[in-house]
Amino acid sequence: MTLIDIFATSVAALRSNLLRTFLTMLGIIIGISAVIVLTAASEGAQQGVGDRIRGLGSNLMFIRPGAVTTGGVQGLPGSGPSLFLEDSNAIAAQNFEYIEGIASQGTAGGPGSPFPAQAIYRGQNVSTTLVGTEPSYQSVRDFYVASGRFISDDDVTKKALTVVLGANVAEKLFAGKDAVGESVRIAVGPGRFAIGFNFTVVGVMEKKGASTTGDQDDLVFVPLPSFQARVPFIRNPRGFTNVSQINIKLADRGEANRAKEEIGGLLRERHNVNEDDFTIQTQSELLSTATDVEQSLQVLVVSIALISLFVGGLGIMNIMLVSVTERTREIGIRKAIGAKRVDILLQFLVEAILVTLLGGLLGVAIGWGITRVLERGLDWDINLLVASFSLSVSDSSKYLLTPFWILVGLGVSAVTGLVAGVYPAWRASRLDPIEALRHE
Amino acid sequence: MIRLRRIKKTYHVGTQYVHALAGIDLEIDDGEFLAIMGPSGSGKSTLMNIIGCLDRPSEGVYELDGINVSRLSDAQLAKIRNQRLGFVFQSFNLLPRMNALAQVALPLVYRGAANRNRVAMAALKMVGLENRADHKPTQLSGGQQQRVAIARALVGNPTIILADEPTGALDSRTSHDVMEIFRLLNEQRGITIAFVTHEPEVAAYTRRIVSVRDGLIVSDKPNIPVTQTLVPHHEPPHAPAAAPEARA
Repeated sequence: MTLIDIFATSVAALRSNLLRTFLTMLGIIIGISAVIVLTAASEGAQQGVGDRIRGLGSNLMFIRPGAVTTGGVQGLPGSGPSLFLEDSNAIAAQNFEYIEGIASQGTAGGPGSPFPAQAIYRGQNVSTTLVGTEPSYQSVRDFYVASGRFISDDDVTKKALTVVLGANVAEKLFAGKDAVGESVRIAVGPGRFAIGFNFTVVGVMEKKGASTTGDQDDLVFVPLPSFQARVPFIRNPRGFTNVSQINIKLADRGEANRAKEEIGGLLRERHNVNEDDFTIQTQSELLSTATDVEQSLQVLVVSIALISLFVGGLGIMNIMLVSVTERTREIGIRKAIGAKRVDILLQFLVEAILVTLLGGLLGVAIGWGITRVLERGLDWDINLLVASFSLSVSDSSKYLLTPFWILVGLGVSAVTGLVAGVYPAWRASRLDPIEALRHE
Repeated sequence: MIRLRRIKKTYHVGTQYVHALAGIDLEIDDGEFLAIMGPSGSGKSTLMNIIGCLDRPSEGVYELDGINVSRLSDAQLAKIRNQRLGFVFQSFNLLPRMNALAQVALPLVYRGAANRNRVAMAALKMVGLENRADHKPTQLSGGQQQRVAIARALVGNPTIILADEPTGALDSRTSHDVMEIFRLLNEQRGITIAFVTHEPEVAAYTRRIVSVRDGLIVSDKPNIPVTQTLVPHHEPPHAPAAAPEARA
């Protein structure tokens, strides 16, 4: 029996029962396309988050207030009012040579905040995050105005009611019109308890995209003292100016550890505490935290994918086992007219390979198609998943097809197909022809 | 030349042993035409399966053309089934989704022979089915299916054709056709024909009748072949005279 004969025999057998062939392939198609979509989403998200953190600029260091312990329960970092503009000024006054720039910010509204913030212009109404900050913010965060100007020193001294809009906010409120010079109402607070003030737009930011803490194009910026004065529940009873974050730009990333130590010492001394009531994070720490989260996310996603592949494999096994067992009589007939054991085995081997290969290729194609469709704007699925790990991955989620996972998917389904298809055929081929023929 | 010496076949049924064959001695010369008869359960089918290398004896020696078959490997047995023997079954044992020509060509595929379709077509012609070559088994009558099976048995040019109740599923008219084919193959091509039957009318076509009972040969007699026993039993199915009255 030549290889062409074996191939022709297998193809004829597959064609003679198309429904069975299709059902066998279905398990593989579903399994592989699931693996491809899920792993592509996970790999894409992982790369996307890394890109965004790196996009912040490489030499940043963030100081945030420490957690507040209420009734024995420790709150989230940043929940305590224990970081002040005065701290920031004290750090700046030390003139550490490794600090290139320093900018404090206070924040209200935005994802997860108890005080929603809205920007309102002539009945148009946009959810936003209100950031009170200093003129140095632009250079420290490497985030500049596209038109008009940023908050000036003069604005800060005068506690001026000036605002710089993020690109998305400007787009939504003014729809392409020039926003500079217009008056926008910023309201902070829950529902009818919201307190609003009219701010004059002095500039619009460039488009920056999402960061680890949300979409930077959804922010609006006001002078820090104005923010402090106009958002009453952020006011500090001791007369200090609360800030939610101090951004420090380092001149040299190599100095990160020294900076952390010296600035930490200074803050402990100022706050008169032994235990830190603040946290200092460098960007590389942020990156590694995010990577950790991403890796556990990937473990989750890959387990789901492998389970679906396994279930698909079981489906293949079922149909293969049944179909080969019901063909025991055929094996008997073939042996009675002179088929050798190896002829029978090769026939079923080639059948199994053809089914798994064809199903696998279809699975890859369908999985690829699904990632394309999802990438075209249906980005709800992976974002939900990622959001539940409190990582913000918004409109630009990516899907990354990796050859590794395609090979894993094809490999697993091929192995299950071969085992399930060839094992019963091997068993049947060992029977004396008369026993195989008696099989009903 | 088939030679069986003290052939036994024992089956285990639970804790009991059932002796299907209890010690058979039998010789069949080249060119013989014989029937093996016996009541059901006598062991005649088991005997035929062992001769056809489809089953192995528990004890005893089976020599085919001087070769001790019991010592052969699976692949060597497959070669014997493919080249020296042709086997015809009561239930035809055709592959369900294959047309007649492909069924007949299948032994040649396993042999790796060239000109398969031409040789297979010649075999189909010999059984009178050359115009049914592209029909699948479900599109053929019982007699036609059995003729396809015979064509498949003789396509490899075997020296021996064995059959287990070849007419068991056929009416007497088509049984006659099948026996005629066997007779012609035996007389014109000198092929040894041995088959199992429990119908005396079918056995009457042969020149030797072996009777088996309880796993032993009880008689072994020559026979004068008769060829007219089956035909008069009924008219051909499409006889014009029968049509109008049959419907009324």
